[in-house]
Amino acid sequence: MSEIAEKVKAIIIDKLGVEASEVTPEASFTNDLGADSLDTVELIMEFEKEFNVSIPDDQAENIGTVGQAISYLEEHAK
Amino acid sequence: MSLRRVVVTGLGALTPVGKTAPAYWEGLVAGRSGAAPITRFDAGKFKTRFACEVKDYNPDDYFDRKEGRKMDIFTQFGLIAANEAIEDARLNEEGIDKDRVGVIWGSGIGGLTSLQAECIAFANGDGTPRFNPFFIPKMIADSSSGNISIRHKFRGPNFVTTSACASSSDSIISAFNYIRLNMADVIVTGGSEAAITESGVGGFNALKAMSERNDAPEQASRPYDKERDGFVLGEGAASLVLEEYEHAKARGAKIYAELIGGGMSADAYHITAPDPEGNGVVLVMQNALRDAGIKPEDVDYINTHGTSTPLGDGAEVKAIQKVFGEHAYGLNISSTKSMTGHLLGAAGAIEAVACIMAMQHDMVPPTINHFTDDPELDPKLNFTFNKAQKREVNIAMSNTFGFGGHNTSVIFRKISE
Repeated sequence: MSEIAEKVKAIIIDKLGVEASEVTPEASFTNDLGADSLDTVELIMEFEKEFNVSIPDDQAENIGTVGQAISYLEEHAK
Repeated sequence: MSLRRVVVTGLGALTPVGKTAPAYWEGLVAGRSGAAPITRFDAGKFKTRFACEVKDYNPDDYFDRKEGRKMDIFTQFGLIAANEAIEDARLNEEGIDKDRVGVIWGSGIGGLTSLQAECIAFANGDGTPRFNPFFIPKMIADSSSGNISIRHKFRGPNFVTTSACASSSDSIISAFNYIRLNMADVIVTGGSEAAITESGVGGFNALKAMSERNDAPEQASRPYDKERDGFVLGEGAASLVLEEYEHAKARGAKIYAELIGGGMSADAYHITAPDPEGNGVVLVMQNALRDAGIKPEDVDYINTHGTSTPLGDGAEVKAIQKVFGEHAYGLNISSTKSMTGHLLGAAGAIEAVACIMAMQHDMVPPTINHFTDDPELDPKLNFTFNKAQKREVNIAMSNTFGFGGHNTSVIFRKISE
C-alpha cells in the first residue's frame, strides 16, 4: 500500500472511530463506515490539511469511498 | 385551569467535589474544597491560576471517541449528569411516552473551548476560512439539550435557557412551568458549564470578579468572610428529572422532593454589578414565596448565590433580612460555592441538587473557609460556617443571580400527600 493510502486510512480510522479491517477500498463513508454529512466534510478537510491540497466542492462530492479518496489524493497530492 | 404538581424523581451531578450525585453530596457534607491549580492550560501568565476543575476528567471514561469529540466539554458534562439522573429516574423503562418527555437545559456560555480553539486556528492559518463542520454544533449552547434528547429519544419540548449564572435555575423553572401547564409529563433539566479556558479566566479576570488568592486556592472561595476577594471559577454539571406527581406515583418512581415555587426578577441596575440595596433580590424571593404559596417562616434553609465577592454577598444578605425579617435568624444559610466554586450557568442546578439532598438527609452543607467575621454582616445570622449542621429541612430555597441582573429563586419541599 502506498504511503498516501496508509495516511488516508489512518485519518479515516481516527475521525470515524472505525476498525482498520473495515477500511477497505470499496467501503463507503456513509453506507459502511457510519459517517454523516458533517463527518464527510470533516474528512475532506483533514485530507486537504494532511496532503496540502485544496479539494473543490464539486470534486469532493465524488469522493464517497476509501478507494476514491486514495486515488484522488495519489493524483493531486503535492 | 388548575396547575399540576411537579416532583423530582432523578438526580445527577458531575462536580469539582464529586463526580456523581451521591459523591457530590458526600463532598459537600465533608466540607471539601474543589479548588486547585489549573491543569487544563498553562495559566502562568494569568492573574488567577487556580479553579475548581472536575478532577481527573477523561471523556474516554464516558464516551466512545467518535461520539466524544463531536461534543464540546460542556455538552459532555451535561450528558454525563443527565444520564445519571435519567438512569436514577428509570426514564428508559417501557411504558414511558417519550413524546411527553422534554429536555430543558441551562448554560451561561456554551462551548467556549470549541469557540476559542477554532478562532485561534483561523487566526494562525493563511486566511482561508477552514472551520470544522462540527464547530457550530459544538459551540452553540443548545447542543447540550439537543444531544441529551438524541441520546434518549425524548421528543418533548427542548431548548436551553441562557441568563449567565442564573441559567440553570431558569431552566428548572421553565421545566416546572411546562409540566404544570400540561405541555409535558417529564422534563430532564439542569445545566452544565466548562469555561476554564484562557478566554474564560482572562475574561473574568478583566472584570476583577475572580479571587486572586493563588497562594491558597482551597481557601479562596470564602463567602461572608471579611477577606473575601472574588469568586472561584468552577465547572461541571447537574441534572434533575422533574415529573408530574400523578405520573410519578403511577409508575412507582422514587420521589425526592416537590418543586413548589419559582421566582424571577431583574435588577435593572448594572450589567455586572449587583444593586447594593438588593432590590431585585428582594423581589425574586418574594415572587418565589408567592408562587409556592408559603410564608417566609416556612423556609428552613437558603442555599445562597453567595459567590464570595465583596459586593454581591452583602447585598444578598441584606435582601434576605428584608424578606424574612426576624425569621432570618431562624434560617440556615449556606453558600456551597465555598466548596464547588462558581459553576456559572450550572450553579443553579448543582445547588438545587444540594437543597434536595439537604432535605433527604436533614443536613445543611456548610459555608467553608470562614476565618474572619465581616462586621458588615449581622452576626446573629446562621451562615453554617465551616461544618455541616444537622437540622430538619422541610423547605429549602436556592438563589442564583447572573450578570445582566437576572435573579432566580426556586423552592423545594419534602414530599407530602
